[in-house]
Amino acid sequence: MEKNILTVKNLDITFRTNAGNIHAIRGVDFYLPSGKTVALVGESGSGKSVTMKAVTGLLDSNAIINSGNIFYNGEDLLTLTKKDLRQKINGQQIAMVFQDPMTSLDPTMSIGEQIMEGMFLHKKISRDDARQRAIELLNLVGITDAENRMKNYPHQLSGGMRQRVVIAIALSCEPKILICDEPTTALDVTVQARILNLIKDIQAEMNLSVIYITHDLGVVAKVADFVNVMYAGKVIEVGTVEEIFYDPRHPYTWGLLSAMPDLETDDDRLYSIPGSPPNLLHEPKGDAFAPRNKFAMKIDEREEPPMFKISETHYAATWLLHPDAPKVELPAELKSRLMRSRKAANYD
Amino acid sequence: MIEPLLKVKNLRQHFKISRNFTVKAVNGVSFEIYPGETYGLVGESGSGKTTIGRSIIRLYDPTDGEIFFNRDKISGELSHRTWRRLRKNMQMIFQDPMSSLNPRKKIGDIIGEGLDIHKLYSSQKERNEIIGEILKKVGLSPAHAERYPQQFSGGQRQRVGIARALVMNPRLIIADECISALDVSIQAQVVNLMKDIQAETKCAYLFIAHDLSMVKYISDRIGVLHKGYLVETGTTREIFSNPAHPYTQSLLSAVPQPNPAVEKQRQLISYDAAKANYEKATMRRLSDTHFVMT
Repeated sequence: MEKNILTVKNLDITFRTNAGNIHAIRGVDFYLPSGKTVALVGESGSGKSVTMKAVTGLLDSNAIINSGNIFYNGEDLLTLTKKDLRQKINGQQIAMVFQDPMTSLDPTMSIGEQIMEGMFLHKKISRDDARQRAIELLNLVGITDAENRMKNYPHQLSGGMRQRVVIAIALSCEPKILICDEPTTALDVTVQARILNLIKDIQAEMNLSVIYITHDLGVVAKVADFVNVMYAGKVIEVGTVEEIFYDPRHPYTWGLLSAMPDLETDDDRLYSIPGSPPNLLHEPKGDAFAPRNKFAMKIDEREEPPMFKISETHYAATWLLHPDAPKVELPAELKSRLMRSRKAANYD
Repeated sequence: MIEPLLKVKNLRQHFKISRNFTVKAVNGVSFEIYPGETYGLVGESGSGKTTIGRSIIRLYDPTDGEIFFNRDKISGELSHRTWRRLRKNMQMIFQDPMSSLNPRKKIGDIIGEGLDIHKLYSSQKERNEIIGEILKKVGLSPAHAERYPQQFSGGQRQRVGIARALVMNPRLIIADECISALDVSIQAQVVNLMKDIQAETKCAYLFIAHDLSMVKYISDRIGVLHKGYLVETGTTREIFSNPAHPYTQSLLSAVPQPNPAVEKQRQLISYDAAKANYEKATMRRLSDTHFVMT
């Protein structure tokens, strides 16, 4: 078995708000194998960002961690104090690339200073060495004329350039894990493709393990080795990227896949998941997806499905996989779509 | 031959920032939209697609060029009568459903505002009926008219935005990135709704977006913008199966596909935007509907 660099076990988080307690994370398990890329996929409110905030200790003060462990190299990050987390883990071991490069840089500091800031904080390094390293990093992320760019301020750069700078900052202390929170949603498609390729190249070069948080399945298909699909604070399906895209088992994953047209979609209507995600202010009874699921059975209203094993790497939480469940036909559009993509990929 | 519903001729929209600096957002764009069709406008941020939408509906005064709508000239000074006709027949759906609805007004009044201004009802009862009807059409219930925007989710608010545009029974709806702020599963719901409404009312859409797979899905014809120039226009099939302009090709090569095997072997076609000089370019005709800038 591959070694997991990060393991999240049974994480359970509640937010205390004026309106009541929101049970945002309801028992999340996931693993990040060393050197691989894992994607967390789901709609807004499904808990993907909250899970990652728990890993980096950036949760808001009204969050209560009810239970769970986050192991990084055998150490439980949840038992560390905030100070230890900041000094030893954040930035140095686990670094984060945020969603919006327009707001995640300091407008009053030159980009060179911002890249060096983390190095001064975490490493004993001279100013000259840090400068040298910063220029190397800018070259690595594909910014030409790095020496002069060091003096630039964020507003002098385009969106794609800024995101490159953010990546350079994240890489400045040679982290082992890079967490990318929707790194390209604010960018154009052409720029997006270039940034994703860049992260991939750097990953190979520095032997990084990467976590992507995204709702864009096109991005997932491009970058991920493993996929975790989240819904209402739970991981409801997990598998390798091929298993999720060519052999999805959870009705929610079906819905997500068919809601996004590919360039060959010719149908008159897109398949859409009816309704909207549940409000976690009120604890859902039974399967949280049941009200939107046309395949829902009686048991879905009473009891939450456990994770059913499909293969060593592929698990899904739906009663449809129970041996006693009736066989269901996939929606026709999705079926033809899956056939098409399997064929293109020569997937058994 | 069918008359175009909207005709944009050589539209220029410049913004003067200071004495020495003018942003040339749109530089001589021409295209037509026919009744009942969907015209997709794509391009990267800063390419001028939103500006074009806003110039057409006259939120901006075009610097140069002509716009005809239903044979009325709607660029330059407008008479009171033309204004009213334009406002009734052309409507807009905005990008962000969170900020485009007045939080202090009830949904019914937001939708009814246009009706009030144009006096399109004879009694309060009729007004409520029209509003209830339109709410049902977009998948909400007439009882929702009494609620405020913050009581709705993002997808529902965008439905209200669509209802507000539809209630005037417009001939043309300008949809400016109207799905990009929504979740994937909700996007599909809204796009389906827009298609259903078009089938029923035969209205035309100007669909402005940067998500090419969605544009391909909804549009009959597409225009590709770059740096304020229309570099290519054609039917959806022509643009996607036979892209002629290098910028279009690079754009298409970057569209993410939900298929890992395809994604992992994908080659990007790069396009050096700095070298592009469109000022002296002319449109070359490839077919009756397909034109490319060379």
